[in-house]
Amino acid sequence: MILVYVDHDRGVLDELSLQAVSAAVALGQPVETVLIGANATTAAPRLGEFGVTNAHIAIDPRLTDYAPQAAGRAVAELVTSLSPVAVLAVGSPRGNEVLAHVGAILDLPFAADCTGISLGSGSFDVTRNRWAGNVIEEAVVHASTLIASTAPHAFTADPVIGSTPATVHEFTPTLTDADVAVRIIDRTGGGGGGGVGLAEAKVVVSGGRGVGGDGFGPLEELAELLGGAVGCSRVVTSAGWRPHAEQVGQTGTKVAPDLYIACGISGATQHIAGCKNAKTMIAINTDPEATIMSYADYAIVGDVSTVLPAIVDAVRAAKS
Amino acid sequence: MNIAVCIKRVPLSPGRWTLTADGTAIDTSGSAMGWTLSPHEECAVEAAVQLAEGGGTVTAISLGTPESAEQIRDVMAVGVDRGLLLETDGAEWDPQATAGAILDAIRNDDTAFDMVILGTESADTGDYQVGVRIAHALGWPIVTNVKGLSVSDGVARCERVAGSEREVYEVALPAVISVKDGLNIPRYPSVPGRIKARKKPIDTSTPAHPGQRLEKKSLALPPQEVGTAEVIGSGPDAAPKVVEILKEIGVLT
Ligand SMILES: Cc1cc2nc3c(=O)[nH]c(=O)nc-3n(C[C@H](O)[C@H](O)[C@H](O)COP(=O)(O)OP(=O)(O)OC[C@H]3O[C@@H](n4cnc5c(N)ncnc54)[C@H](O)[C@@H]3O)c2cc1C
Ligand SMILES: Nc1ncnc2c1ncn2[C@@H]1O[C@H](COP(=O)(O)O)[C@@H](O)[C@H]1O
Repeated sequence: MILVYVDHDRGVLDELSLQAVSAAVALGQPVETVLIGANATTAAPRLGEFGVTNAHIAIDPRLTDYAPQAAGRAVAELVTSLSPVAVLAVGSPRGNEVLAHVGAILDLPFAADCTGISLGSGSFDVTRNRWAGNVIEEAVVHASTLIASTAPHAFTADPVIGSTPATVHEFTPTLTDADVAVRIIDRTGGGGGGGVGLAEAKVVVSGGRGVGGDGFGPLEELAELLGGAVGCSRVVTSAGWRPHAEQVGQTGTKVAPDLYIACGISGATQHIAGCKNAKTMIAINTDPEATIMSYADYAIVGDVSTVLPAIVDAVRAAKS
Repeated sequence: MNIAVCIKRVPLSPGRWTLTADGTAIDTSGSAMGWTLSPHEECAVEAAVQLAEGGGTVTAISLGTPESAEQIRDVMAVGVDRGLLLETDGAEWDPQATAGAILDAIRNDDTAFDMVILGTESADTGDYQVGVRIAHALGWPIVTNVKGLSVSDGVARCERVAGSEREVYEVALPAVISVKDGLNIPRYPSVPGRIKARKKPIDTSTPAHPGQRLEKKSLALPPQEVGTAEVIGSGPDAAPKVVEILKEIGVLT
C-alpha cells in the first residue's frame, strides 16, 4: 500500500496533490490517502475518482487550519500503524514541508521533487530535480519506507474509470501542544503573486539589468497594451528596482505564457528555470551572443531603451 | 539575541551547466565558474544581521569544503560576527547527515542560540528539509517558506505567501525559521566591512560522515530544445515585424 498526503485549504482539495495520487496509482499498489482536520471530510470521498480506496482523516479540535508539524505527526502515526511501502505527497511548499516533518519524526530519509519513482525493498530508486530541474539526479534511497514528493506537473492527475468513492476513516492522532504550536493564526491580503497574476499571465514583458532602474516604463506600457504582466530578473529585484513578486525564475515565480519578452536579460539557468515553458519568446539584447538567444524564438539585437518604445508605438497603432 | 545562520557554498553558472566526464557532478573547472550562496540564504543572513542589530551575535555555520570559508567571509562582510566551518573532503552529505552535523555544531557551541535561520531549500540539491530536521532534534518550532519576519517580546511573527494571500504564523523563541528569497533585500558588503571580515574568527572542525541514506548515483542534464533565435532586426526598425508576430501567435488581435 502507498499512503499519499493530500493537502486541502479549509476543505477545498489541492488539485496538485491529485498528481501525487496518480503517481502512486501508477506504481501498481493500493493507494490510501491521509488528510488533516475534520473540514476535509466532505471532500475526501471524491479521491475515489482517482483510484483511492481509503481516505484517513486526522481529527482533533485544534486542527481547524494548516498546522505542518501536527500534520507530520498524524502522517507518521499512520505510517507506523499501516506500514505502507511508500509515503508520497506533491512537492508543493506544504507537501515538502509535511514530508520533511514525517522524515524527521520517523528518522527516515526524504527525497523531494521526484520525477520518477520505482519501488524496492530496503532501497528505492528515484529520479529527482536539482537546481529547480536544470539538473536531473538519479539517486537511491536507503530506507524501509520511501518518503518522497513528486515534482509539480511531473505527473498528471488521471481519473480512474469505474471507480467508487473513497471510504472515509477518521482517526485521532496523539498530538502535543508543541505539535499544534505552529499553525496559521491569520491571513492577510496582498500575497504578491505579481501585478496581473504573473503566474497566469498570457503575456509577460520581463526586464533585466539591461533595462536599468529607470527603464521599466515602456515595459509596463507594453504589458498593459497586451493585457499581460511585468516580470523581471533577480538582478532587478536585488537592486530594489521592482518588487520581488515580479521576479521570474528558480527562486521567483514560474510562468508559462503564450509570449515572453525578455528585455536586457542574459538568460542565466536560474532565470530560464522560470520561463522555459513560454510558448514563444522574444529577446531584446545588445549582445547577439547572450545565452537568452538560444532559448528565444525571435531576437532583436539592439538597445532596449530605443527598441521597446518603438514596439509600444507600433502595437498602439495596430490596436487603434 | 544570538542567531545561527546556515549557509551552503554552491556554484554560480552564468549560462548552462556542464557535467564532469563521469556524470556524477557539475563541472566547476571552467574559468567563468564562480561560487555563491543560495539567494534564500542571502536573505537568511540579512534577516539575522538585522535582528542582531538590536543587540546580539550572528554565527554563520557552513558544512562544505575548506573553500566554504570564502562564503563565510562574504557574509562576515555584511555583519556576521563569527563562523563555524564544518569541513568535508568534497564528498556529498545528504540532508540528514548535514542536519546532524549542523545540530552537533549548535549543541557544542558555547553560544546559547535563540534562533536558527536557514534557507527553505538549498539552491543545488533542493532537499527542503535540513531546517525541519534541526528543529525536531532541538525540540524547537519551525516555520518554513518565510517571506515576512519580525520579532518582538520573544515571539517571531512569520508570513508566508500562498496564492494571493499571506499566511501568518507566530512562534515563541527559541525557534528555527527557514526563509525564501524576497524576504528582504540583502545589503552589499562595504569596503570597511570586507576589511573587518578578515579579522573575524572562523572555528573549523571536521565532522565524521555517517553515510548517505539519500545517495546520488549520477546526474544528467534535461533534454533542451536549444535553438538559435531568428534575428528579426537590430534597433527600432524591428517593431513592425514584432507586431506581425504578435498577431500570428494571437496575443494581438
Ligand atoms: C540559486 C540561484 C537562484 C537564482 N534565482 C534566480 C531567479 O529566480 N531569477 C533570476 O532572474 N535570477 C536568479 N538568479 C540569478 C541569476 O543567476 C542571474 O544572476 C540573473 O538572472 C541575471 O540577471 P540579468 O539577466 O538581468 O542580468 P545580467 O546577467 O547582468 O544580464 C544583463 C543583460 O542585459 C544585456 N544588456 C545590457 N544593456 C542592454 C541594453 N541597453 N539593451 C539591451 N540589452 C542590454 C546584456 O547584454 C546582458 O545580456 C539566481 C541565482 C542563483 C545562484
Ligand atoms: N552544507 C550545508 N551547510 C550549511 N547549511 C546548509 C547546508 N546544506 C543545507 N543547508 C541549509 O539548509 C537549508 C535547506 O537545505 P536543504 O534541506 O538541503 O534543501 C539551506 O538553504 C541552508 O540554509
